Amino acid sequence: MRLGLVIDLDTCVGCHACATACKEWNTSAITAPLSDYDPYGREPSGVWFNRVRHYEIGEYPNNKTINFPMSCMHCENAECVTVCPTGASYKRPEDGIVLVDQDKCMGCNYCSWACPYGARELDRESGTMKKCTLCVDRIYDESLPEEERQPACVLACPAHARLFGDLEDAQSAVSRVVRERGGYALMPELNYQPTNQYLPPRTRPAIPTHDLGRGSLARKVKEWVNRVVER
Amino acid sequence: MPSAPPFEDHSHQEIKYSTCYMCACRCGIKVTIEDNKVRFIQGNRNHPINKGVLCAKGSAGIMKQCSPARLRNPLLRKPGTERGAGEFLEISWDEALNLLSERLAHIRATDPNKFAFFTGRDQMQALSRLFAEQFGTLNWSAHGGFCSVNMAAAGLYSLGYAFWEFGDPDWDRTKYFMLWGVAEDHSSNPFKIGIEKLKSRGGKFVGINPARTGYQAVADEWVPIRPGTDAMLALAMVHVLLSRELFDWEFLIRYTNAPFLVVQTPGVAGDGLIYRDAAGQPLVWDLQKEAFVNGMESSCHPALFGEYTTPDGRVVKTVMTLLAERYLDPRFSPAQAARICGIPADTIERLALEMAHVAFKETITVDVEWTDWAGRKHDRFIGRPVSMHAMRGVSAHSNGFQAARAIHLLQILLGTIDCPGGFRAKAPYPRPVPAPGKPAKHSAPNTPLDSHPLGFPTAPEDLVIDDNGRPLRIDKAYSWEAPIANHGLMHMVITNAVNGDPYPIDTLLFFMANMAWNSSMNTVNIQEMLRAKDDTGEYKIPFLVVVDAFHSETVHFADLVLPDTTYLERYDAISLLDRPISEPDAVCDSIRHPILELDRNVRPWQEVLIDLAGRLKLPAFTNPDGTPKYTGYKDFIIRYERSPGIGFLAGWRGADGSQSLRGEPNPQQWERYIENQGFFQYHLPKSHRYMRFANRDYLEFARDAGFIAQAEPIVIELYSEAIQRFRLAGLGLYDGPQPQDPVDRERLATYFDPLPDYYEPLEQQRIDKTAYPFFAVNQRPMMMYHSWDSQNAWLRQIIAQNHIYMNRAKGESLGIHDDDWVWVESHNGKIRVQVKLIEGCQEDTVWTWNGIGKQSGTWGLKPGAAEATQGFLMNHLISELLPPKAGERRLTNSDPITGQAAWYDLMVRITPAAPGEEGVWPTFENVTPLPGAPAKPDVLRYNTRTRS
Repeated sequence: MRLGLVIDLDTCVGCHACATACKEWNTSAITAPLSDYDPYGREPSGVWFNRVRHYEIGEYPNNKTINFPMSCMHCENAECVTVCPTGASYKRPEDGIVLVDQDKCMGCNYCSWACPYGARELDRESGTMKKCTLCVDRIYDESLPEEERQPACVLACPAHARLFGDLEDAQSAVSRVVRERGGYALMPELNYQPTNQYLPPRTRPAIPTHDLGRGSLARKVKEWVNRVVER
Repeated sequence: MPSAPPFEDHSHQEIKYSTCYMCACRCGIKVTIEDNKVRFIQGNRNHPINKGVLCAKGSAGIMKQCSPARLRNPLLRKPGTERGAGEFLEISWDEALNLLSERLAHIRATDPNKFAFFTGRDQMQALSRLFAEQFGTLNWSAHGGFCSVNMAAAGLYSLGYAFWEFGDPDWDRTKYFMLWGVAEDHSSNPFKIGIEKLKSRGGKFVGINPARTGYQAVADEWVPIRPGTDAMLALAMVHVLLSRELFDWEFLIRYTNAPFLVVQTPGVAGDGLIYRDAAGQPLVWDLQKEAFVNGMESSCHPALFGEYTTPDGRVVKTVMTLLAERYLDPRFSPAQAARICGIPADTIERLALEMAHVAFKETITVDVEWTDWAGRKHDRFIGRPVSMHAMRGVSAHSNGFQAARAIHLLQILLGTIDCPGGFRAKAPYPRPVPAPGKPAKHSAPNTPLDSHPLGFPTAPEDLVIDDNGRPLRIDKAYSWEAPIANHGLMHMVITNAVNGDPYPIDTLLFFMANMAWNSSMNTVNIQEMLRAKDDTGEYKIPFLVVVDAFHSETVHFADLVLPDTTYLERYDAISLLDRPISEPDAVCDSIRHPILELDRNVRPWQEVLIDLAGRLKLPAFTNPDGTPKYTGYKDFIIRYERSPGIGFLAGWRGADGSQSLRGEPNPQQWERYIENQGFFQYHLPKSHRYMRFANRDYLEFARDAGFIAQAEPIVIELYSEAIQRFRLAGLGLYDGPQPQDPVDRERLATYFDPLPDYYEPLEQQRIDKTAYPFFAVNQRPMMMYHSWDSQNAWLRQIIAQNHIYMNRAKGESLGIHDDDWVWVESHNGKIRVQVKLIEGCQEDTVWTWNGIGKQSGTWGLKPGAAEATQGFLMNHLISELLPPKAGERRLTNSDPITGQAAWYDLMVRITPAAPGEEGVWPTFENVTPLPGAPAKPDVLRYNTRTRS
C-alpha cells in the first residue's frame, strides 16, 4: 500500500483551507504542538505541514494563476530517511507514510536539506523536525466515523481538490483519476518517486456558436412579427 | 521499526454541533471540545450549507477563541480624559447598563431620533431592528449601505430575489457560469463546492474581473474588465442577443413585464408609466382579440413588440419594444463597449453567443409535473443552464444598481431565472417585485415606529423626508439623495452627525462595525470627526457606544464599551426573518449555542439588547404590568411571534415540536435544534423547486409559511415603473413630492432610468482622469474575507502585509519595479506603499487587499506588527463625499439610487517614491493597551493534548 494525496490544480482556488485544517489537527496531534513564533508581532511564523504557493504562468492577458499546495510527498525513495543520523525518520513499510519519531529526533535538519519539496520543518521550541503525517492518527482511528478517517486537509478542502488513497492499487479512485486526468509527480527527474500526484488544469473544447439563428437588425422593431404565446 | 503512533484519547472529548461565524457564510461545524478548549473544528457533513467542508477561516476559529484582543470587561472612558486617548476604567455590567439605559430613556422620552443605532457585520438584524423600531428611532440600519445594497436592491426590484443569500446558481446542473467581479466576500464554501461541481461536469467558468485572484484563478476564461464598466459589458451582450433574436420569447411573455405597455407622452405627467385599467391592472395588446386586455389574465395572447394608440389617444409601446430600441442602438455595440470596458469586441460577441448556445441548444429538462399560477399543468421544468453571480465588485460603484440590473436583464433574456441550471431562488424568496413594506417616517417620544425603519419605496411619497423635502434620517437614507437606500447609509452617519446635517444626535451606538478604521472611507478625517468638539467643548457626537468582542480601532474611540462574546460562547438564531441560509431545494435556518464556558466578564450582545429593552420598557419586550416580558434571548427566541405561529426559528414549532415553519411556540425548541446538530431544513417537494415566481403550489406554500402575503404570481420586471416615478419627480412631471434642489432634480432625471443603463461612475465624472489614470479597487483574501480580525495568529501567518498590485508591463513602462515604494494619490489624499507587479491585473487598474492594515496596538497585536508597519489601508484615498462642485451642496459618494457607498470608484496616480522615501505612510500613533489586556506571547504552543 502506498498512501498519498492527489491534488487537483484545476479546482484548487488557493483558499488555504487545507493548510489551516492541517495546522489545527496537528497542533494537538502526535507531533503536537506546532509552534508559532511571534504570533502577534512583526514577523509571525510557525510550523506548518502544508503550505499553498501561488504562481502565475503566461503573460497578460493570457496569464493563469496556479495555486499549488505542497506537503510531504511520502516518496518511495525518501532521502530524508536515508540521511537521518538517529533513525528518527522512517518510512512505514505497510503504507509508505514517512514519519519522524519525536523521541529520537535531534533537530539536525539533515532531512530538510535532503528534501527537495520543502516538506520538513524544524520546530525550534521542541528542537525536532516535524512534517505531514498523512494524519496517521486519524486514518486508522476506528473510534472516528469511517468517513472521517481521512487526513484533515482532505476533509476540509471546499473545492474537493484533495483526494486521499492508495496509489499502489491501480483500481483505487486516486489511481484512476491520475490515469484519466494525466496526473503527474513533482520533479520526477530527481528520482525520489513521490507518492503524491498533481492533476493539471483541464482544457475544454470551445463552445460552438455557429448553430445559432441570425435575426435581422435591418427590420425595425415594430415590424417584428409577434409570436402568439398565451400568457 | 517503531510501532504505529497511539491514537488520540477521546475519553475527555465531547462533540458539539454549531454554526460557524468566522465569516458571513454560516457553515455547520462539528466541534471537538477537550477541557473547555477547542480540539478540532470541522465541517458538519450533514449541514446544507457546507456539506462537511470548511474553509481556512473556519479551522482558524481556535485562534479567534484564544486571541489576546478579546475584550474582558465593560469599559468607560476615564472621566477627564479625551476621547481617543485610550484611557478606560473597567466598570461592572450594572454600572454600564444603568448608565446607558438612563441616557436612552431620556432620549426616548424627548426625541428618539437622537439615538442612532447602526450595526455592522452581524447576522441578527431582525432583533436589533425590532429594538430600534420599539425604541422609536428612525436611525437604524445595518452595514449593507457600504456592502452590497446595489446587488440586493437590483435583484429585489427586478426578480424578487438576489444574488447570494436570496439566490444561487444551480450548481448541480449549470453548464456555463459567469462570475462578475469579486465574489470571495460572500458564499465562501458553497461557491468552492459549486465551482468544483461545475468543472468536474465539464462546464465553463468565465470570470469577469480586473484581477485574476481568488476564484478567478480557476476560471476557464478570464475577462479583465475595467472597474465600473460591467453594465456596459452586460448591455453589449444584450445588444448581441437582441440583434440575433436570441432570447426566450415564451419566458418573456409569460413571466415578465416585457409585453406590458408603457405610456409614451414625453414632457407630460404619466410618461413612462405602465398603461393600466381602472382597477390598476397592467394592460397588454392581445394579438387574437386585437384589443387592450388585462395582462394578468392567463388567457391573453400579448404582443411582445408593438406600438399602439389608446382610446384616449396616447401612444403606448411594449416594454420589449423600448428595450429593443434602446439596446439595438450602436451605443451598445460590442465595438463601443470594447472602448469603455477594455475588452475586445469579438470577445464580447463570442461570450454572448456562447451563453445563447448553452441556453437554447443545450437546454435541459427536469421531468417533474408542476402547475403554473394560472392552474396550467406542465410535465417538466425547462432549464437553460446558464448562471451568473455578482457581488461587491459590481455593487460598490455609483452605477452598481443599474449594472446589477443589466446583469439580471441578460439572465432574463436567456430565460435562466429559477429554472434548472439557471439562477435559483432561496426561501423565503422570491417576493413580489418590488418587495412590499415601506420605510417608517414618523418618530415620536415614547412611541414605537409604525413600520420597519427600512423598506422598499416605489414612489416619491415613500421617501423619509419632511414637508420641506429635508431628510428625516441621520444617514439621509430615503431622501432625494438616495431614494431607495434599502440598507441605509451607515458610511455617512459620522460625517452627518458631526456636521449636524440634517440634525445633531446624542448617542451613537455601533455594533461590530469598525467605523474608525477600515469600514469607513476617509479614515484619517473620520478619526478627527470622532474627536471633534463644538464651541462649548462638548463632543459633536456626545456619546459613542461600541459593542464588539475584540479590541478594534473603533473601541479605542468609545465612551462606553460593551464587550460581546465569541460565536462559540453564546446562543444565536440564524433566522428566516433575518439573513436566511436556505438552499434552493430546502428552507433552512440554524442556531448557535454555548459550547465553551465563558472565562471573561462579557455578555452576548443579544442578551444585553433584551435586557436593555426590558429596562426601557419597550412595548414588545414588556408585560402589561411593566415587568420585562422575556427572561433573556433564549426565551425571546422561543416565545416571540412576528405574526401568529411565525417566530425566529422555523423548526420544531408547536407545543410538541411537531410543526415546521409555522406553529405555536415550543418551549423545547432550542433543545430540538441542539439534538439535530444545530440546524433545521424543510425539503421542498420536487414540484416546488423551480419557476417559483409562477409556480402555484410553491406560491401557496410560501403564503402559508408567511414568506409572502398572497399566492399571486411574481412578475419579473425588465422595466421598473417604480424607478420611473422618481425620474418623473426629477423632471417635474410627478403628481406628488418633487425635489426643489436642482442637483436632486438632475440626478433623478439622469440616473433613475427604468431600463438599466451604463453611466460613468459619479466621482470619475468629476476628476481629471489624465491626472489620476488608474482605477483603484480592493478586496479581501479568501482566507480572511469577512473574518474581520486578521489578528488571528494562524491566518496572519498567511498574510500580514498588503501591497499595491499592478500590471507588470504597465508598471515597467512607468519605471516601477517589484517592491518599489510608490506614492498612490487620489483627489482625497495620498499613501506611500510597496508595489508588486503581477500579470493578473487589468492594465488600467491597481488593487490591494483591504483590512490588512491595522492601527498599532489594536487587535491584540504588538506595536510594530506587520499590519501596522507594513500593511496599509486604501481608505485614506477614498472620500465619503463627492468632489465639490460650485453652487452645489456636498453630496455623498454613493450610488444616486440606493446610496451604496461607491468605494470602488476611486481613481489614482502612481509615482515612484524618491530615493530614501521608504515605509508605509501615513502612520498612526500606537494605541494604549486596555486595562487588564493579557500579555501577548512570544511563542504560541496551542495544544489540547497536554493532560497526559
